[in-house]
Amino acid sequence: MPADLRTRVGHLDLPSPILTAAGCAGSGREIAQFTDVARIGAVITKSVTLEPRAGNPAPRMAETPSGLLSSIGLQGPGLDGFLQRDLPWLLSRGARAFVSVAGHTSREYGELSSRLSDSAGVTAIEVNLGCPDAAAAGRPFALDPAAAGAVVAAVRGSARYDIPVFAKLSPEVTDIVAVARACVSAGADGLSMVNTLPGMAIDPVTFRPALAGLSGGLSGPAIRPVAVRCVWAVREALPDVPIIGCGGVRTGRDALEFLLAGASMVALGTVLFHDPSACSRVQRELEEELAARGVDRVSDVVGRAHQTDGYAAERRSWV
Amino acid sequence: MAGNEREGGVAPVQVRGTVLTVRRVDAYVAMTVVAPAIATRFRPGQFIAIAVGGQQSGMLARRTFPVHDVRPDHGGTVEFVFLPREPGAQWLADCRARDVLDVVGPLGRPFPMPRDPASCLLLGVGAGAPPLFALAARLTERQSATDFLLGAESADRVFGALTARRTGRSAVITTADGSLGSRGSVVDMMPTVVQQARTDVIYASAPVPVLRSVCAMAGRYGIPVQALVSEPAMICGTGLCMGCVLPVVGNDGITRMVRACVDGPVFRGDVVRWDDVGTIPFDALGAPGWKPRPAASGTGPVTEGRSHVG
Repeated sequence: MPADLRTRVGHLDLPSPILTAAGCAGSGREIAQFTDVARIGAVITKSVTLEPRAGNPAPRMAETPSGLLSSIGLQGPGLDGFLQRDLPWLLSRGARAFVSVAGHTSREYGELSSRLSDSAGVTAIEVNLGCPDAAAAGRPFALDPAAAGAVVAAVRGSARYDIPVFAKLSPEVTDIVAVARACVSAGADGLSMVNTLPGMAIDPVTFRPALAGLSGGLSGPAIRPVAVRCVWAVREALPDVPIIGCGGVRTGRDALEFLLAGASMVALGTVLFHDPSACSRVQRELEEELAARGVDRVSDVVGRAHQTDGYAAERRSWV
Repeated sequence: MAGNEREGGVAPVQVRGTVLTVRRVDAYVAMTVVAPAIATRFRPGQFIAIAVGGQQSGMLARRTFPVHDVRPDHGGTVEFVFLPREPGAQWLADCRARDVLDVVGPLGRPFPMPRDPASCLLLGVGAGAPPLFALAARLTERQSATDFLLGAESADRVFGALTARRTGRSAVITTADGSLGSRGSVVDMMPTVVQQARTDVIYASAPVPVLRSVCAMAGRYGIPVQALVSEPAMICGTGLCMGCVLPVVGNDGITRMVRACVDGPVFRGDVVRWDDVGTIPFDALGAPGWKPRPAASGTGPVTEGRSHVG
């Protein structure tokens, strides 16, 4: 019998712990050609900004070993376009929308959250803390616990009380637990880990950086161990805070790894570019992986790696 | 806007296709894959996206190739042509018959067809030429005349010269080194060909600098161009990654950064801002410092209500 993937986080009931990561599922329409968006846990949308954004010049993406470097620059239709076209479409397909928000000041984040709260159908808000902070000379919010906390407080203060707020953290910090604590103290209901790692590639043909934006964010299986460690460390310090694990998940087994490390939900990102039907596949693989280990409910394995006794040691020989 | 909601388009599918043949054609590799679901949906100008390197591949970007032709044998096969240069394409070139590939397609906006028979110039440079042959067959079926103008660096990079001579009303070849046809670029020969053939419409598939020159020249003659772009390089091919954007002017006069994989790869030549490819024009919707104009709604998708010349 396949394992029960239903996931309950706070008051949210999701049919599955598998989500799409921010910026990796298009507007939802692109991914819906290959996966039933109603059957996955939720779609985390592309980060929504107040105004439309054209993004960065091309080339915006470069392939690196087991990873992709990207600097898209948050291209998107802006909040109005999102509310008029993308959100209604997602709802019409029965998808749950975790809306990722991005801005350059706490005020922008606050305004986005308050306007999103006014429109029906927002299941949760994810705060993209990877944007440059206008008040700190372009340093991303996620690098500084105080700046991250201030943004989360602005979002939590303007969002409707029953919309959970997740803070998306960067792995590019010396102490991710400090940033996580700051966000939770500021009112975050959950955390999303991790955003991309900064990286660079040089084109050996042109002798110039491969991306027009010079450096970009590294994603994909190359960063999975970094992400798992971040999830582990924060779960250890804040065991009651729900976590969305994200970073290089490619298979059901990878998703299981994040669940064991302490994530309640797992978001698929870069793998969707490689395999647009990855959501359905990973869900099926996760069911099989759990069933093969005699696990009935996915919630039973969340954070299980933190218990000092190994699971069914005698079974591991054949799993 | 998703591929399945576009004019005349149908949803792409992801299939496991068995390699039927792999053969060398001069500098190129031509590969045929059994993929009935893609072959039956395909229209000329569309492309496929293939995962390379096997199940646990470290190469995450799909390789995208314009479809050269589809055939009904084995339920439906898809043929594509590529230069085995970078590691992903080399991996693909090393595949053999009966290997199985993960293929997504058909993707993108196809070439629009002329409503009435017309004199069509098919202009292809290097690896851009293959998609023109399925188009030529479709145009011939509809009683349109096809003239070929093919170019490349050297003779071994000219794809389909024989087929062009056999099936086209006329075929002119140019190479940069003069090893086949006349020495020079397709742009040099274009005025002669256009005048002799009394061209009504140009279908072009070439690198961006050539497309820019072709569109500028065609504009002077008042001939519409349908241009198939191959840059910026695509990563996913399905519209998810937002990597392959270029500046395109919408019906409302507003420039937007649109994805070549979803809104293209075929664009009307006069709506692409060729000089600004690889940049964000200052007046593009959402460019830094951009402010919404009071009258313009400014958020409609670029393809809405766009008329297609052909």
